[in-house]
Amino acid sequence: MTAQTLYDKLWASHVVREESDGTCLLYIDRHLVHEVTSPQAFEGLKLANRPLWRKDSVVSTADHNTPTDHWDQGIQDPISRLQVETLDANIKAFGALAYFPFKDIGQGVVHVMGPEQGATLPGMTVVCGDSHTSTHGAFGALAHGIGTSEVEHVMATQCLVAKKSKNMRVSVEGQLGAGVGAKDVALAIIGKIGTAGGTGYAIEFAGSAIRGLSMEGRMTLCNMAIEAGARSGLVAVDDKTIAYVKDRPLAPSALQWDAAVAYWNTLHSDEGAHFDAEVELKAEEVAPQVTWGTSPEMVVDVNGRVPDPALETDAVKKAGAMRALEYMGLTANTAMTDIPVDVVFIGSCTNSRIEDLREAAAVARGRKKAANVKQVLVVPGSGLVKQQAEAEGLDKVFVAAGFEWREPGCSMCLAMNADRLLPGERCASTSNRNFEGRQGQGGRTHLVSPAMAAAAAVTGHFADVRKLEAV
Amino acid sequence: MKAFNSLNALVCPLDRANVDTDAIIPKQFLKSIKRAGFGPNLFDEWRYLDHGEPGMDNSVRPLNPDFVLNSPRYAGAEVLLARENFGCGSSREHAPWALEDQGFRVVIAPSFADIFFNNCYKNGLLPIVLAADVVDRLFAECEANEGYSLNIDLPAQTVTTPDGTAFTFDITEHRKHCLLGGLDEIGLTLQHADEIRAYETKRRASQPWLFA
Repeated sequence: MTAQTLYDKLWASHVVREESDGTCLLYIDRHLVHEVTSPQAFEGLKLANRPLWRKDSVVSTADHNTPTDHWDQGIQDPISRLQVETLDANIKAFGALAYFPFKDIGQGVVHVMGPEQGATLPGMTVVCGDSHTSTHGAFGALAHGIGTSEVEHVMATQCLVAKKSKNMRVSVEGQLGAGVGAKDVALAIIGKIGTAGGTGYAIEFAGSAIRGLSMEGRMTLCNMAIEAGARSGLVAVDDKTIAYVKDRPLAPSALQWDAAVAYWNTLHSDEGAHFDAEVELKAEEVAPQVTWGTSPEMVVDVNGRVPDPALETDAVKKAGAMRALEYMGLTANTAMTDIPVDVVFIGSCTNSRIEDLREAAAVARGRKKAANVKQVLVVPGSGLVKQQAEAEGLDKVFVAAGFEWREPGCSMCLAMNADRLLPGERCASTSNRNFEGRQGQGGRTHLVSPAMAAAAAVTGHFADVRKLEAV
Repeated sequence: MKAFNSLNALVCPLDRANVDTDAIIPKQFLKSIKRAGFGPNLFDEWRYLDHGEPGMDNSVRPLNPDFVLNSPRYAGAEVLLARENFGCGSSREHAPWALEDQGFRVVIAPSFADIFFNNCYKNGLLPIVLAADVVDRLFAECEANEGYSLNIDLPAQTVTTPDGTAFTFDITEHRKHCLLGGLDEIGLTLQHADEIRAYETKRRASQPWLFA
């Protein structure tokens, strides 16, 4: 048999039928559902009088619209409240394997909740009406975002109509330096291949530096695959994957465990498997990253400077860079460490897991928010992450530093709830998108790691976390 | 879904790369539980000078005179001419819904983001990939000629300029078939329900932990 990539294996094992033009019906094992992209899909089912094909494939939570403070007052925005209540009603009417509604201890960002509950397992196909579904590829699962029509299609048929992507391998060999993490690797990769570099591909992240990452780190990396244009990111299964899954509420039972592990251990690319594209990075060369523009590919090392568009030869790129500098209120050649920040956001499906909060707390411990920083929001990824962080005393570290410790949700990553930037405000954010208006109309987003966000909070500007003076 | 066959229509040029779905339809409009009515908020932050929120009367909001969609010259355009990586970012299908609701039936670009590209087909919106130099030429011609229209022929898979130059584009047979017929894809898939059940039975036997 020819050598297969991990993606080849996952794809082949889920094909129900294939048309002559390569269009496949791909079977979906897990469907994660949230309030924003599902109401029209449920409505479609109702109109056509169709049931869910398999309700035990559905795991759901509310996250995008939920507030992160004053939970006793419920959801103040009536339109947001209606959307969340619509999800409650739809889950009640149609059923699900598990549902974590607003204020439930299991509620949280859908891409934090899924793995945490064991709803995401190696070898699965996982879909969700959310582009950051790529996160779940960290478990050796084929996971990607879909639109609402496809949400309805999966609900009604348990399948997606899809064509196979090409294979790309991004290898990161070596050891990451202290203060450099998965977020920096993700941004460095996007800086290298661009936000369309992975379009049409499934990206497998490989190499010793990737194997060295925790599951949280691998999730951060796969989460950002979509910012490189790839709908899916993947990491091969190893002992860390299996240890993370063990004993999760929805993980296989003790009776089924050994058989599951035996299968999961086959989920890696074979020696000599063919990749259509290969990208290599040296871990030692990755420094803490900061974006300067309005696309994740507009990124430099923290010790770098805002690029000069005059040096760009491609006319479309030059126009984009000039427009980005204008929107961001930046001047070419400014040192990144000279840029002050107004707001810091630590959270999102990219960086709100326990390890991210530990990383930020390690920087915040014994330090104070800089006077020029108006607000530092720390938003845990789920109720369970919040509980764990509080058990470790991280909340007290943040509060002592002058940071705000909030309730879980998507929050200022996309600013659908009340957490948002004001026009012109500059934010060091651990989220995934620095698009115009993403965190609030006129807001200026710089993407960074949790450690770098905390460093910006305590210094008042972007700072190399490796060079902070000891406290 | 609206069927698509052929079209001869006015072209609106949006000369920016990496137009993301947050720009196409900002997040505050995603709170709607409906599928229609997003057109007036298409490109909301570029199109209006004030901050838009759901429920506003968009007809009285101040328009940004510098935004191409507001130019009288492009009023009624059904073809959007765009740059590379159009539709990147969020998977929100509200983006094609908003484009379709505004009256666009075709988007032409040198490249599209995967999820957006796929979402278009589910809504009778035809995304067409043409080579970057061809797109450059279309931008130049569109900007130089008021009333510039293109002829889009899906059965022939061609885009034809006013001077008769035709460019061919690719589309899978499945997508072409669905668009031409305006077909309900769920209904088509359910014709294979027995195969799905047979696959499921095998899967349940080999990986029982995937089934509750």
